[in-house]
Amino acid sequence: MKYNILIGGQAGQGMDTISDVLEKHLKSRGLFVFSNKDYMSRVRGGHNFIQIRFGDEPVYSHYPELDLIIALDKNTIEFHRDRLKASGSIIADELIAYQNERVISLPITKATKEIGFYKAFGMVAAGAALKYFNISLEGVEKVLPKKFSDEIKTKNLDAIKKGYELLESRLSLSEGCTSNNILINGNTAIALGALAGGLSFYSAYPMTPATSIMTYLSKKQVEAGIVVEQVEDEISAINMAIGASYAGARAMTGSSGGGFSLMVEALGLAGITETPLVVVNSQRPGPATGLPTRTEQSDLSFMLTASHGEFPRMVIALRNPEDAFYQTFRALNLADKYQTVVMILTDQYLADYRMTIPKFKLDGLKIERYISGEEVLEEGEEYRRYKLTGNGISPRLIPGKVEGQIVLVDSDEHTEYSHITESAEVRNAMMEKRMKKLELMKEDIIEPEYFGVEKPEVVLIGWGSTYGPLKEAVEMLNNEGYRVGALSFGDIYPLPQKLLRKYAEEAKVLVNVEQNYTGQLAKLIMQETGIKMDKSILKYDGRQIDPKEIYNRVISEVL
Amino acid sequence: MLDIKLYNTNDENAWCPGCGNFSILDALKCATAELEIRPEDLVVVSGIGQAAKTPHYIRANGFNGLHGRALPPAQGIKMVNKNLKVIVTSGDGDSYGEGGNHFIHAIRRNMDITHLVYDNQIYGLTKGQGSPTTALGQKTTMQFEGVIQNPLNPLALAIASGATFVARTFTGDREGMIKILKEAIMHKGYSLVDILQPCVSFNKVNTFKWYMDRVYSLDESYDPTNKVLAFQKALEFGDDGIPVGVIYREYNKPIFEELHPVIRDNENVIDRVWNPQDAEKFIEEFM
Ligand SMILES: Cc1ncc(C[n+]2csc(CCOP(=O)(O)OP(=O)(O)O)c2C)c(N)n1
Ligand SMILES: [Mg+2]
Repeated sequence: MKYNILIGGQAGQGMDTISDVLEKHLKSRGLFVFSNKDYMSRVRGGHNFIQIRFGDEPVYSHYPELDLIIALDKNTIEFHRDRLKASGSIIADELIAYQNERVISLPITKATKEIGFYKAFGMVAAGAALKYFNISLEGVEKVLPKKFSDEIKTKNLDAIKKGYELLESRLSLSEGCTSNNILINGNTAIALGALAGGLSFYSAYPMTPATSIMTYLSKKQVEAGIVVEQVEDEISAINMAIGASYAGARAMTGSSGGGFSLMVEALGLAGITETPLVVVNSQRPGPATGLPTRTEQSDLSFMLTASHGEFPRMVIALRNPEDAFYQTFRALNLADKYQTVVMILTDQYLADYRMTIPKFKLDGLKIERYISGEEVLEEGEEYRRYKLTGNGISPRLIPGKVEGQIVLVDSDEHTEYSHITESAEVRNAMMEKRMKKLELMKEDIIEPEYFGVEKPEVVLIGWGSTYGPLKEAVEMLNNEGYRVGALSFGDIYPLPQKLLRKYAEEAKVLVNVEQNYTGQLAKLIMQETGIKMDKSILKYDGRQIDPKEIYNRVISEVL
Repeated sequence: MLDIKLYNTNDENAWCPGCGNFSILDALKCATAELEIRPEDLVVVSGIGQAAKTPHYIRANGFNGLHGRALPPAQGIKMVNKNLKVIVTSGDGDSYGEGGNHFIHAIRRNMDITHLVYDNQIYGLTKGQGSPTTALGQKTTMQFEGVIQNPLNPLALAIASGATFVARTFTGDREGMIKILKEAIMHKGYSLVDILQPCVSFNKVNTFKWYMDRVYSLDESYDPTNKVLAFQKALEFGDDGIPVGVIYREYNKPIFEELHPVIRDNENVIDRVWNPQDAEKFIEEFM
């Protein structure tokens, strides 16, 4: 059983706290939780909402149909009441005085007056919501924000209890039994994956929806003993990270499309200097400023070719918070292994949604640096940063670490000793050396995840954050007997092809499901394999596609 | 004093015969030899341009990056390994034009790095276009009617932005140049040395003789710690004279490395011992 709550109001009305308390409490009651935010790009006013989906079975995605709306203002009722299920209700303060049979008008403001704390409004509403679903208040005191003083905590607790008494339960859910879960969003999972992976340097410039990676890392900077620097612009961010990496740090930078656009020249710098670097692009709808707080998957084609010239790169799309953690960890190892750029693609939806997932397992994870010392040099040999080796990877020394040896890197085409050259032979040798690494990378790529019936007639093909919506949509279709499956790509470039070719062979219809206008993954697949999609489900309104929409569109446009 | 030959490379030099850059290279090697900075403890960082080829001509660690982008990697290097001496060697176009924003913010960041600007008042490598320091009215291979943008005054800008070591020197004064380079390298914090360097190929106005006729050294009586005076000196540039020497210096201003809690209190982050399991405590917070 899964339920769905929407909390709506204006920016500044404290929805975050209500949501935080509800999510954490539901989790502590052993339930699975998934929450996502729909925020406008403003600090006060407007209309924002948060959706919390929870249940005693795993929840992978947001969902349009609602069981309960907590309306902090009138707009919330008007904008969202049509999404209520037949059994659904709206909780609102009696002062909103909204005449509708669905509305449960409660004396919330009055309750806050009785407690003598007008800021407790949200907690009264939270208490009422918990009662609505018949969820025990046991342990709720533990999920109140840590920053609250004891006095404020007591008042908030009173408020929750008061709210709990304002109505009768309408629905009920067996308590869950999950206990080893964490509740986390995609960006924090990226930051944690980086921390676990030995990140020691992060430079960035604030840009939604990438900023929270930097904020989290900065908060942990001292405890982790790493350097996090807010720089003057994204050009500086990436060049500084490359400098730090050259000097031996595990370095990463991140931004959203606009900032990433400013970084592109330096991607090639990492490529030709063969400096390991991880770059995160947290996508939002473009072009230019686009829709700053919303979501899209429209930078894939750009990531594949960003920067002039040719050099090996790897592009990894994150599908969910677990991926965000483990793939970021892996990206740092791969960047060091191939001494080049590894790009991580995420988006606003995944950056900000929170879900319960099994706690990250650190045992078995290993940091692999591929850094050499004097053992790679013969007696009296002068170090060559770009020594031609069989596989294209040259031993990497760190400046200052080997007595008598110097490390020179160069953005011009260069000799084995890193000096500028225009020799045609050397140019060929160096191009081939670098591009060989792209071939090697293919051994490291991970196939997409397949879910759905065994012999599908229709295969949906998606990548990155559509993972959750696709997963639920396929389940819904399968439950109704449709022979549908989905391939969800994480590693994108070099493009993994085994499963793709297998399903292209077996299925009758291939459908790419993407959050962009031009079908960017479909184009890549066509280019790399000649496999053509039969249909496309595309969306570019800045709102994440949900399972129901995929389900509906598959039925109406594909089947 | 180290043997100056330690810094020699066998890379073929691509500067024009008679270029002032040769004197700078020589002075730089003298300065590092006298200060006994071993090649493996030194990193020479540059962007792109004629000046920016320096890392190829001095045997030291080197990072020859992108046009205009020498300062960001230089600071990145210093942030993760404070034991390295970091010297940026780039042109006026690279430092004040393409990299202008980084220039201002490197001053604000005040890391212990040295920034040498080979200022030939022209874009050399790209064959003679006006640079941010080309004089008003000067005809170039691009500004056929003469430059109509006002020249930037890098020294005044640096002082105004809070730099703690601002100097000018001239390639015609070898001893003075070595002395200033040494002082700049030894200075704690960001140090800027704008080096007047005649471009024999593309700047027919600011020739060796032109500078010779105008340059004068600041003597003992000049107090470089007086900011207002320094500002005045920084504005002096032209037929009435061009002062060379340390224009402004401020002692004991805390540097980035002393203010940054991690850099200040720890070994270099590149030497941090870390296992994935050390992240357990961060993950626990999400239980
Ligand atoms: C992004 C970018 N823009 C332009 C260039 C072309 N470019 C290379 S060097 C240079 C100017 C060099 O002038 P300066 O920095 O004064 O160095 P100089 O050659 O005079 O020593 C230009 C415009 C480039 N390499 N990269
Ligand atoms: Mg120049």
